[in-house]
Amino acid sequence: MRVAGPDPGRTGPCRPIPVLETVSPLPPDRAAALAQAYDGAVAASRRRVWIGLAVLVVLTGLAAQAAEVRPGVLAANIGKFTDYIAQILPALTLGNLGGDLAEWYWGWPKWLALLGETLLMAYLGTLLGAIGGFLLCFAAAGNVARSRTGCFLVRRILEFCRTVPEIVFALIFVIAFGLGPMVGVLALAIHTTGALGKLFAEVVENIDLKPVESLTAAGAGRIETLRFAVLPQVLSNFVSYGLLRFEINVRGAGVMGFVGAGGIGQELLVAIRNFYYADVSAILVLIILTVMAIDLGTERLRHHLLGGLR
Amino acid sequence: MTPRDPNPAEIAALRQRYPETFRPARGPRLLACLAVAGLIAVAGYAMVRLDFSAVRLLAGLGRLGEFSLMMLPPDPAGQAWTFLRALAETLGIAFIGTLTAALLAFPVAFLAARNVVPNPFVHFTIRRGLDVMRSVDVLIWALIWINVVGLGPFAGALAIACADFGALGKLFSEAVETVDAKAGEGVCASGGAELHRIRFGLIPAVLPVLGSQVLYFFESNTRSATIIGIVGAGGIGQYLTELIRVLELRQVAFLILMILVTVAAIDAVSGRLRRALIGTAR
Repeated sequence: MRVAGPDPGRTGPCRPIPVLETVSPLPPDRAAALAQAYDGAVAASRRRVWIGLAVLVVLTGLAAQAAEVRPGVLAANIGKFTDYIAQILPALTLGNLGGDLAEWYWGWPKWLALLGETLLMAYLGTLLGAIGGFLLCFAAAGNVARSRTGCFLVRRILEFCRTVPEIVFALIFVIAFGLGPMVGVLALAIHTTGALGKLFAEVVENIDLKPVESLTAAGAGRIETLRFAVLPQVLSNFVSYGLLRFEINVRGAGVMGFVGAGGIGQELLVAIRNFYYADVSAILVLIILTVMAIDLGTERLRHHLLGGLR
Repeated sequence: MTPRDPNPAEIAALRQRYPETFRPARGPRLLACLAVAGLIAVAGYAMVRLDFSAVRLLAGLGRLGEFSLMMLPPDPAGQAWTFLRALAETLGIAFIGTLTAALLAFPVAFLAARNVVPNPFVHFTIRRGLDVMRSVDVLIWALIWINVVGLGPFAGALAIACADFGALGKLFSEAVETVDAKAGEGVCASGGAELHRIRFGLIPAVLPVLGSQVLYFFESNTRSATIIGIVGAGGIGQYLTELIRVLELRQVAFLILMILVTVAAIDAVSGRLRRALIGTAR
């Protein structure tokens, strides 16, 4: 086949390529069979799509029934939503911007302190959870685990830690340990152990096993194998997942205060429940800015980490 | 055959010939030590700031041990039917919330993708908007929606839809941006317009990825939907909160078991569906 050469007369991406060779047509019976097979395949895939859509519609109906979806109420009350947004937005005037801002953020020393507390909770919860996940992941990874029963057990434990939401842990811990940010940290740490333990184990399962074999052949013990054959392959991924989890935990720590487990959530709950409109927006803006800043920061760090490997 | 150990003279000669190989890697090691020290220092400060105390920890652990004994055996105390209905409500919230979020995020994701809308101003604005929706936690959204549609599961479904709209929109637009441009160029080359390019060049390539992400979010939302009742937005969380507050721990254990089983079942089903979806893409 000839390749069409550059054509100086025409530019742009949609340049028609001339037919260079005549194609001998298929015998009619063969062409008909092929066309029929094609039509059959298309019809089958169409049918699959329609059946899938029908199942989806039925499920949606059932779910809407269960979740008491009332579009009428939403339509009737959507004005309340926009009103609410309008109400929580502060009255900022250009003439008196400084004064208005000061009034909006009247509680900033307290709020900033609580925000700092929230960040520290997320940090400590992530760190403790990452340590827990790190210690458990090698036992949960199928390729380096010592015993099958141990692997099964550790996986179930991680699943439990991951499935029970951190707020539920916090609810129970608040009764056991008393109110305060320590409870939030413990709840975050347990949930993080479950989530990171699973991700870490998956990373370990995907490593190249040759270094492990060569170290075992050279007589290295379990700890030495993990340290010198496994760890160098997985560490950057571990850190990257840890940072991702930190991002998630900052969001989680923000609402820990809803159940009395410390952080800025308590202030926000009080403001929303008592209709302190300006406070709601002030605290929300603080949380949103913090979360966005941390998202950007961790994203940079993760790209840097994973990019350094390539 | 065991390898022969090199004798000290040989090692000394090697050391002299390749000094840089034998020198310990000071720079990276120092950096790693500093990083670990920094992590520990911040952790120590955090522990002081957040009132960690060994006494409270030990006392609490003792009480936690008592609680776990009180949880046995799990027992619905005749409320199994109520709990099942609440569980169905939870699943309904997760399903409706995820579906709404996906339907809303689908068109917006194309607007936020660089290879569909080349105008940087548009996709920057949309992306930051999605970020704002995403940074507000589901529970906060639930509190806001309760003001609008009243207490109940509908508020929960709307809350999940809002929070996930941001998250899915971001993921979808990233998926659209990483699509191989060749198919779209092919459509364009055979005379297709911009919409044809999107319909036949982009959508078939991203649909399986998007579907698998939606399923993944449905899995994670069944977890979020179990807690949304804490603020009064329906589902099993309402019972969970009440029963923990009054220390009916055997019923709590039953509820948690129900959640574990349901989530495991949903994970299994959606995992299989996801593999089937991604399989057709290859």
